[in-house]
Amino acid sequence: MTLAVNTQTILGRPRGGSFRRDLMGVAVIAVFAAAGYILFPDNLALLTRILSVALLVLALDLVTGYCGVATLGHAAFFGSGAYAAGILSAHYGINDPLLMTLGGIVAGAVAGLLCAVIMLRAHGLPQLVLSIALIYLFHELANKASSWTGGSDGLSGIMPDPVFGLYEFDLFGHTAYFFGVALLLIAFVLLRLVVRSPFGMLCRGIKEDPLRIRAMGASPNAALAKMYVISGAVAGTGGALSAISTQVVALDALSFTQSAEALVMLVLGGTGSLFGALAGTLIFMLFEDYVSAANPFHWLTMVGALLIAVVLFAPKGIYGTAAAYFTRRGEANR
Amino acid sequence: MQTVFSIAIDALAYGMVLFVISIGLSVTMGLMRVVNLAHGAFAMIGGYIASYVARDLGLGYALAVIAAVVITIIIAIPIERLLYRRIYGQPELTQVLMTIGITFCIIGIANYAMGPTLKTIPLAEPLRGSVDLGFRTISIHRLFAIICGLAVALGLWFAIEKTSFGVKLRASVDNAAMAAALGVRTEIVYAISFAVAVGLAAFGGVVGAELLPVEPYYALRYMVTFLVVVSVGGAGSIPGALIACLLLGAIDTTGRYLMPEFGEFFFYLAVIAIICVFPRGLAGRIK
Repeated sequence: MTLAVNTQTILGRPRGGSFRRDLMGVAVIAVFAAAGYILFPDNLALLTRILSVALLVLALDLVTGYCGVATLGHAAFFGSGAYAAGILSAHYGINDPLLMTLGGIVAGAVAGLLCAVIMLRAHGLPQLVLSIALIYLFHELANKASSWTGGSDGLSGIMPDPVFGLYEFDLFGHTAYFFGVALLLIAFVLLRLVVRSPFGMLCRGIKEDPLRIRAMGASPNAALAKMYVISGAVAGTGGALSAISTQVVALDALSFTQSAEALVMLVLGGTGSLFGALAGTLIFMLFEDYVSAANPFHWLTMVGALLIAVVLFAPKGIYGTAAAYFTRRGEANR
Repeated sequence: MQTVFSIAIDALAYGMVLFVISIGLSVTMGLMRVVNLAHGAFAMIGGYIASYVARDLGLGYALAVIAAVVITIIIAIPIERLLYRRIYGQPELTQVLMTIGITFCIIGIANYAMGPTLKTIPLAEPLRGSVDLGFRTISIHRLFAIICGLAVALGLWFAIEKTSFGVKLRASVDNAAMAAALGVRTEIVYAISFAVAVGLAAFGGVVGAELLPVEPYYALRYMVTFLVVVSVGGAGSIPGALIACLLLGAIDTTGRYLMPEFGEFFFYLAVIAIICVFPRGLAGRIK
């Protein structure tokens, strides 16, 4: 508790201000969502995919940006959520999209807990390697259990019912898009509450100095495990959204590449800030859509060059650098 | 008995190739504390150069190996100067991103320059056949890979334990600041070890081309394997890396022989189990 009070005074931002920022964030997301809907009515599938990946990147930000755990295996939760939602529909006939999403959330959270128990045993490089080993293990398991997951052919036969029995999932993806925007908004508001809570502060403290947190009487591992479960649930939501909107689940959802890309998006936008995660996802996915359509290998080279450039010139990411710039300017004008 | 024997030989050869490639990574990681995900990319560059020299220019295997090692080192030096220098001592996430970025770039460029197909490296005539042990024949190339691995292990052991450079290296690994204060030029130690590491990676890439085929996604596909070997063995330890390579090579090869449909499942399961029991690697020291 002392810690929470301390950090809040250090950060020195009054509560009302952050509430206004929350509202602004929600408004910005809503404006972007509306703009996407109006500007690209033919490309709603891509926009929905951006929404689901944005949930994954937000989840990754929770553990990497706020807790300082470097992981290359976060797609495990995304994939678990996607497969859970898909299996509920394809094998059990539970086609209500809300129930499917709930299934994805639960599966993601369970996977998060499982991975946390293993990941938190090590630190540094071994931890990173554990995360990689875990994502490969999940991938192989999904590949092996092909009677459940469809193996490398992917899981098909997902038929979500209309949302609330009213809005049917149409061919053009209108419903899926609004469903995704709603999920993202809810997740965003909840996560803003989480990262601002004393628990969120504790996690930031663990990132700065775990030894000191332990000396203060809190258990870093318990807090990190809790954050992992939350993060898994958020990523699982993204997975469920992707399963519901595309009506297939491919093995790619559980791949190392998906995890690495999520990390790239997060760093591009800026770690340790929910806005950064969203901005990074949006920029990366749009960029990818245009460039990789031309040549997938040039795309890889460009991502590489982009990464090197971000590390060298904008270590805080695009959002972080821009925010720092405006803060400086604001102070200079004052 | 036949199966056991061929599994053993293949596992040994595979483990040795892994060792040759990843020992450089282990040493640089222990020395400079850099999580270098681009190490596999250097092995891939070596493979490409060897393939170009041996197959397209037709200059023979020995020359191909030498050319691969030398040219890869020459390519790596500016990368080290311009990019790696800036991430020494930075947080892990930064290092991971920078080196993944380098890997992606190298993959893209390799594909652009050499095409997406698999490259073969024609072996020298004496390495092609197989040798008869009376009850079983072994391909000579496997033996060659095993011998190369042993030679590298012995050579490194000698260089690190018995030469004055080795003393400086060990001092820098243990405490770089203290070693610098005592007059060890750590910059030079770093540069030489990096060059040796890259050269060994290229050498391993060429020798192991039969087991780990050279193609543009090589860098990404085996990057994880090399990283796993290093962290299981414990960064900076030669015996640790050797044990890890042999152990993981055995597990992976056995899994592939006996249960091919499981893919790399057992490999990663073993990795998780080992790291959970030895969080600092098999030969990791408690700091």
